Amino acid sequence: MIEAVKEFLPLIYMLASAGFILAVKWMNNPATARRGVIIGEIGMLLAVIGTLLRVDANFTYIFIGLGIGAAIGAPLAYKTPMTAVPQLTALSHAFGAAASALIGTAEFYQKSPTGFTMAALSLETLLGYLTTTASIIAFAKLQELMPTRPMTYKGQNVVSLGTLCAAVVLAIFMVAGTPQPWMFPTFITLSLAFGIFLVIPIGGADMPTVIALLNSYAGVAAAAMGFVLDNRLLIIAGALNGSAGLILSIIMCKAMNRSFTNVLFGAFGQVATGAAAAVAQRPVRSATPEDAAAILEAASSVIIIPGYGMAVAQAQHKVRELYDVLTKRGTEVKFAIHPVAGRMPGHMNVLLAEADIPYDKLLEMDDINGDFSNTDVALVIGANDVVNPLARTDKTSPIYGTPILDADKARTVMVIKRSMSPGFAGIDNDLYYMDKTLMLFGDAKGFVAGIVKELQGSH
Amino acid sequence: MQSYEFGLYVFMLAAFLGFELVKRVSPLLHTPLMSLSNAISAIAVVGAIMITGDANASELTRWLGFIAVICASLNVVAGYLITDRMLKMFKKREPEK
Repeated sequence: MIEAVKEFLPLIYMLASAGFILAVKWMNNPATARRGVIIGEIGMLLAVIGTLLRVDANFTYIFIGLGIGAAIGAPLAYKTPMTAVPQLTALSHAFGAAASALIGTAEFYQKSPTGFTMAALSLETLLGYLTTTASIIAFAKLQELMPTRPMTYKGQNVVSLGTLCAAVVLAIFMVAGTPQPWMFPTFITLSLAFGIFLVIPIGGADMPTVIALLNSYAGVAAAAMGFVLDNRLLIIAGALNGSAGLILSIIMCKAMNRSFTNVLFGAFGQVATGAAAAVAQRPVRSATPEDAAAILEAASSVIIIPGYGMAVAQAQHKVRELYDVLTKRGTEVKFAIHPVAGRMPGHMNVLLAEADIPYDKLLEMDDINGDFSNTDVALVIGANDVVNPLARTDKTSPIYGTPILDADKARTVMVIKRSMSPGFAGIDNDLYYMDKTLMLFGDAKGFVAGIVKELQGSH
Repeated sequence: MQSYEFGLYVFMLAAFLGFELVKRVSPLLHTPLMSLSNAISAIAVVGAIMITGDANASELTRWLGFIAVICASLNVVAGYLITDRMLKMFKKREPEK
């Protein structure tokens, strides 16, 4: 009976692969995306069942392991606030990559592979370990356990590349000859160290790109594992992931006008301090919630530009109320979403969707930039670098060339912000000093609530 | 034909497929896509089970495999649940009566 079942195991794996492919395909459209997740889950379930039927020992270990993983993973996924999704993804990556790395290590000591298998195993282990440490650093930076600014030092690239080269040379020795006992542990250490060196110099703003790239590495590690274990399902899922992560990080780089190599060897923000100091003492006009409400009352079209600051203040539900009040009065309200609003592409869409704002009101940068000049009010809530006109005008600015939302072209600009402190990129914003700009200093949530109260009171 | 040759072709085709599929995803869904592909990369759970469930596994292998099973299943569960949680929120507003 068991033998008969084993005959059909390849079929289960094939169905699992198809599930993963459909999952990514259905992610194209918000209408089918949830179906995509479900088919992906089914694929993973089939993969696990298909594998459990193949193995013949240590089931206690396997089931306890699966149980512990699920018991930690589930509350993590349910309790994490939506603002912290990028961190969670990074953390989750660290675990997945650690799994690949440990499997590679176990295989090495179990089977002493040679030739092509050993080469694949080296790749798997290298990518696994470096992705683990790199993801942990990315997590720490996003969670602000570490400084988010890029940390650079002299000779950095030499140290990083040297570490990688040493690891690769060791791998070549192990593939070509008989591995000495010291080689594999040294290889692991070098891989772990390279992961740290890779991410330390990258600034927090670029972290999402890095996470996408690490995603790609984790995929390639899984595919390499597929070659080691002679398992096609791993190869397919890994390759799918490897290319998905790569193209996603390229798309993100384009959205931020950053070259790929620039992100990897980033030295962002070093020029910034000079520029910021020069413009620190300029006057701004500030206003109260009452003033802001009066202006919004008179406006017939409003574009709201939400940023990560809005999400941190948990103001998205108040913003929804503002949207409701204004829409009811007949004001046209739209949301302008910068490709990297929030902490990663699409993050802001998630945060606003959480607050029940219909997603057809969320417009991408290219679709809305033309509208600003016919708009009465651009209301910037907790966004900064994505509306900085310096990106268009100042060639010396580190963000020069980054595509921005043209908020400065609206008839009136209002900016809700806690203080005049610079944003993630660490540079001053000319938008704040324009004559038509009103600065609304305060906590985003409280301020928006104040405006809503005024507007509701006035009819 | 080398045993891995077939695998290489599979790898190449799947990689191209990944490119084509992801290129079409709208930026609206990039965050859920990232966490979905994070969940798929947890396919390492297959390898973890295989290595742990090997009848000839040494003490070392079994423990490494055990830890790998924990890590990978954490990644599976966290990846899928958070993706689903995000996507649940994407809805068009019902037309007002």
